[in-house]
Amino acid sequence: MTQQFYVSPEQLMKDRADFARKGIARGRSVVVISCADGIALVAENPSPSLHKIGEIYDKIAFAAVGKYNEFESLRQAGVRYADVRGYSYDREDVTARGLASVYAQSLGAVFTAEQKPFEVELAVAEVGHTQSEDHLYRLTFDGSIADQNGFVVMGGLAEQVAETVAGGWNADLDLAGALRLAVKALAADKEVDALPGTAVEAAVLDRSPESGRGSRRAFRRLRAEEITQLLAGEA
Amino acid sequence: MQDPSAGHVATQATSSFIEHLQRSRPELLPFTQALPAGQIPPAPHATTIVALSYPGGVLMAGDRRATMGNVIASRHIEKVFPADEYSVMGIAGTAGLAIDITRLFQVELEHYEKIEGTRLSLDGKANRLGAMIRGNLPMAMQGLAVIPLFAGFDQTAGVGRLFSYDVTGGRYEELEHHSVGSGSVFARGALKKLWRPNLTEDEAVAVAVEALYDAADDDSATGGPDPVRQLWPVIYTVNRAGARRVPERELAAIAGSIVESRAVAGREA
Repeated sequence: MTQQFYVSPEQLMKDRADFARKGIARGRSVVVISCADGIALVAENPSPSLHKIGEIYDKIAFAAVGKYNEFESLRQAGVRYADVRGYSYDREDVTARGLASVYAQSLGAVFTAEQKPFEVELAVAEVGHTQSEDHLYRLTFDGSIADQNGFVVMGGLAEQVAETVAGGWNADLDLAGALRLAVKALAADKEVDALPGTAVEAAVLDRSPESGRGSRRAFRRLRAEEITQLLAGEA
Repeated sequence: MQDPSAGHVATQATSSFIEHLQRSRPELLPFTQALPAGQIPPAPHATTIVALSYPGGVLMAGDRRATMGNVIASRHIEKVFPADEYSVMGIAGTAGLAIDITRLFQVELEHYEKIEGTRLSLDGKANRLGAMIRGNLPMAMQGLAVIPLFAGFDQTAGVGRLFSYDVTGGRYEELEHHSVGSGSVFARGALKKLWRPNLTEDEAVAVAVEALYDAADDDSATGGPDPVRQLWPVIYTVNRAGARRVPERELAAIAGSIVESRAVAGREA
């Protein structure tokens, strides 16, 4: 007969949280920075096809760290949620706040009810007309949600990276400046000064895509050569 | 949002927005309701669409009229829409359904692009639209038919291509030019005379406006250029750079010169 040991709820939750935290810390970091031109999303990711950053809707993007299969399924669920909502109501009724709270509920439910919690951390970003209307939400594996100002750093040695970003961030940064800061911060836990353009994946939510590109979709993935070019501009 | 637990996600994995709606929110689809027996009250109908190709691209134009029996239901309706960055579609038939089908098709293409990280091929888009029109067949049998015209730039082949559909969802690739809707017979006649190889994009726009002018001349359900209300056809061009709406200013000038040249000729059409 197998013995059933009593485990206190505190211990159970703590074990789960430690498990998830360990998984997330093993990965590499992602930085999301609000800047004058929009919101820059930068991830250390050598793969050109397995993305950590994705488009959710017109003005909403997604970034994640942790296990690829888990955050990819969350990203797809987010795209479905946003598209259904935008189709049944209107495009402007899809907001990052709504999406983030649905993510928070899913993550929270899985954390308490499933065999194992998600080993992921998510950022949901929505670009506004002005910088004060930008929204950055950070969601952790247990479903907690935080509304962050200016920037979000997740995964890997997040604290070290966040320190560098906090040191260099100001609201007047342009896209190239934000990108340079992010790349410098991502290298904070390494020996090198900054990562090469090919080792990062980057995308931007343009602040005014209608006038710039004639598209209501603000999300734009930056190609490797664009990243290198932006990084190379006056340092 | 669906339950993101592991097994569920795998079975739910689809890149199609329509499939997703069929599973989770079928009531949102424009064409799944079974209609009860009876007469459908009059509803607005969208009329003529013309499309033609030119070297390096393709364009689509639609007049601005919707009719309900003998009444003009709308003078402002727009019947040509960008489907995505590199394709456009125009619709003829029951306006209410057609506009919803267009909206659904736009989301379908964008959804695929976001989920898969790459665009559908032009043939893939054309087939997808065919499947949607077939889905609407039960409605068409009740008299609520929707007939689209689809055009896009094929990036692998580097040419503009044009597809027409029948009510059963049959997809046919058209060469040179095509038109659908109540005024299409007259527009086709005009296109046959006006279209020629090696049209420039500007010339092609003028040909489309003139074909619609001829359609409006003989078909009461097609609206001609309206200088009183400053209403001109809606025209989208698609080329290597993507879909672009031709600005009103240009269309006003083109329509003006067509009316002028015909008035000068002083003949019966």
